[in-house]
Amino acid sequence: MLDTLINGIAWVLILSGSFFTVVGAIGILRFPDFWSRLHAASVSDSAGVILLLAGMCVYTGWGLITVKLIVIGLVLFVTGPTSTHAVANAALVSGLRPPEGKGLKGAEPEPLSNPTVDPTPI
Amino acid sequence: MFVVATIAVFAAMLLVLYRLYAGPTLYDRVLAVNAFGTHTVLLIGVMGFLSGRPEFLDIALLYALINFVGTIAILKFFRYRAIGDILHVPTEEEVES
Repeated sequence: MLDTLINGIAWVLILSGSFFTVVGAIGILRFPDFWSRLHAASVSDSAGVILLLAGMCVYTGWGLITVKLIVIGLVLFVTGPTSTHAVANAALVSGLRPPEGKGLKGAEPEPLSNPTVDPTPI
Repeated sequence: MFVVATIAVFAAMLLVLYRLYAGPTLYDRVLAVNAFGTHTVLLIGVMGFLSGRPEFLDIALLYALINFVGTIAILKFFRYRAIGDILHVPTEEEVES
């Protein structure tokens, strides 16, 4: 009875984690500009990682493996938002601006503070 | 259930890999590399459970750490054109003059 319950919870967590991972990846692929892709990336960075790691924790029971999973979760919690913020900050500093207004045309990039950075697409 | 998770993470990695190839800006590519690394961590963990050897989680933890350092290194290189010490950062006045 308890085994069935634990297995069911693990199924639900891992399936929903897989769902959010795929949804975030589709968002990264399909969204129109960099700033909305940033938004999509955080879906799989937060929901997908949390749900998948929690599902694995529930599946394996208490032990060394659970501790390792929790450590991986903590590392990803700290580094994921930090690196996302670093990418967004670097893009903003280099002159990339989110599109604004009705037609969603890209705003004019501001003059660069560092001339060695090339904001044009490569 | 781990077969489903493996297939889902693998499909997500392929989609992100296409964004990495397509660009169009540098920052899209860096974002895609970062997401790809996170997906790799999840894939290594899930593959460990799938093959009955959860010791793979050590490798996943190492990969998470290296992924973060790599992202920051790429961003620093494209901002300052140097990975180590920055010899001279131009100020606003020097840029304008």
